[in-house]
Amino acid sequence: MMSAAGSGPDDQGVDQSRRKFLTVATSATAAVGAVFAATPFVSSWKPSERARAAGAPVELDVSQLEPGQMVTLIWRKQPIYVVRRSAEEVKALPANDSRLKDPTSAESDQPPYAKNEMRSRRADVLVLIGTCTHLGCLPKPHFQPADVEIGPDWPGGFFCPCHGSKFDLAGRVLDGSPASVNLRIPPYSFKNDSTLVIGTDESTQGVA
Amino acid sequence: MAAPEGTAKPGLWGWINKRLPAEDFVRSQLLEYYAPKNFNVWYFFGSLALLVLVIQLLSGIFLTMFYKVGEATAFDSVEYIMREVNYGWLIRYLHSTGASAFFVVVYLHMFRALLYGSYKAPRELLWLFGMLVYLALMAEAFMGYVLPWGNMSYWGAQVIVNLFSTIPVVGPGLVEWIRGDYGIADATLNRFFALHVVAVPLGLLLLVALHLVALRQVGSNNPDGIEIKEHKGPDGKPLDGIPFHPYYTVKDVVGVGVFLIAFAVVVFFVPTFNDIFLEKPNFEPANPLSTPEHIAPVWYFTPFYAMLRAVPDQRLGALLMLLAILAFFFLPWLDRSPVKSVRYRGWIYRAFLTVFTVSFLVLMYLGLKPASVAYVYAARVFTAGYFAFFVLMPFYTRWDRTRPVPTRVTFHA
Repeated sequence: MMSAAGSGPDDQGVDQSRRKFLTVATSATAAVGAVFAATPFVSSWKPSERARAAGAPVELDVSQLEPGQMVTLIWRKQPIYVVRRSAEEVKALPANDSRLKDPTSAESDQPPYAKNEMRSRRADVLVLIGTCTHLGCLPKPHFQPADVEIGPDWPGGFFCPCHGSKFDLAGRVLDGSPASVNLRIPPYSFKNDSTLVIGTDESTQGVA
Repeated sequence: MAAPEGTAKPGLWGWINKRLPAEDFVRSQLLEYYAPKNFNVWYFFGSLALLVLVIQLLSGIFLTMFYKVGEATAFDSVEYIMREVNYGWLIRYLHSTGASAFFVVVYLHMFRALLYGSYKAPRELLWLFGMLVYLALMAEAFMGYVLPWGNMSYWGAQVIVNLFSTIPVVGPGLVEWIRGDYGIADATLNRFFALHVVAVPLGLLLLVALHLVALRQVGSNNPDGIEIKEHKGPDGKPLDGIPFHPYYTVKDVVGVGVFLIAFAVVVFFVPTFNDIFLEKPNFEPANPLSTPEHIAPVWYFTPFYAMLRAVPDQRLGALLMLLAILAFFFLPWLDRSPVKSVRYRGWIYRAFLTVFTVSFLVLMYLGLKPASVAYVYAARVFTAGYFAFFVLMPFYTRWDRTRPVPTRVTFHA
């Protein structure tokens, strides 16, 4: 029992380096165990099976919509705006480009087939997630240009009453809005000429 | 005074004290805990915060006996409490008024610390525990406001939870994890209930206990910012101190009386406080398809909400809001002044403190109003005023001409 500290037992018969190693190793094992034990609790907060099943695709017959008419559906607890744009409304869209934060939707969130000037598969049908990209309020439809409530330079589109974000009739955000990106677009497809399906597209085929 | 150590006291009290240090505790924490004798009216708000905590715990426990958590039942159960439970209206209004009263006394308590430099060494940890109490209180108040499942509950939750989506990369996934669904839903309400009723109050109680233990360790500051422990009499007791009990317990009882009169006036005559304590849209059920015309949080969050709206970029706005709250945590190290109390500081600190206080109050007002263009510009100006207090503090507290601090406490009223 003559060895120096750090190698072998000291005069009390205690091997300090062995004790230190065991203390660190035990603590590390306990920490790993704590992480494993926490996993089910953290995971329990994710959307449940029931919530996910309730998020199945929804369908809409767009031939029932008049030009200039909008309907609101619910998909995955989110309001989905479906607008049948008139030919004049579509024609007026390119004129807004100079007043937009993100005219080409480069910074915005949409499926590839909606990353165009119309932000849609079909020029006459616009599909949007109806929650403001600022803080999640519902922008309201004000399709008439130069709406008195908003201003003479209003191009027609969506106006959020909460914090004043403005979007045109392709859901693109106008300069001077607190929102910085365009309204989001959900995955969608057309089953046939008149049936719109929200929640399925090429990327989800064979998955759902 | 008390019997010397080791002498067994007779009877039940002696029996208990042999097994539990009850008398030691009372003696060390109340009878022989010396507080500065020059406390003024600003020193009521700590004990009042404790009183409000008790009101909230009691009324909250009774509300959970009648409230039914769930998307389909929450709103109706609150109406049931208001109309059919005996004195249910009183219990609920005590709780809703208590939430606002909590922030009134906590903001005044914090302002006291700014006036007299109570966050400065050696009270940094005391201040940090206090700030953590404030954070826990904000979480508690936010989740509590969601529980009635009115339309403002729903949309307030939507706006606040979406703030997390501005965090790069993990944001959207984090928001879904917080909600437990693709929108604010039953799952969200259920977990907010658990957090509001069990988890956060437990944390709050622990933090309040730590705040009080840290206070006992360093002792109270006072309006002169003098350390009373530095001037002790021959008996080892601070010359400028008086025992907490009975002197300050009795004084605090008077404060409690005045506070309860004001509290009762609100509870019985103006429980919604003109749309400020309880907002009109919350008297209709949550509706995911209809945003209230104008979403505003309850008044105690509106200074930060006004800052959020003042910034044209959502990520920067959320960041600024976070910084506005976190800035308080750094106060003990931003302040380079050799004196604590505003009484002995120069005009520069007084000017900055005034600008800060005015900015905070104006932002509070602006956050309650719709975001018109003029209000947004005003919010930008006062946000600058708010941050100037913190950002420039290391400079102006050094340049400020301070006056000599007396060695013993003084009396001003």
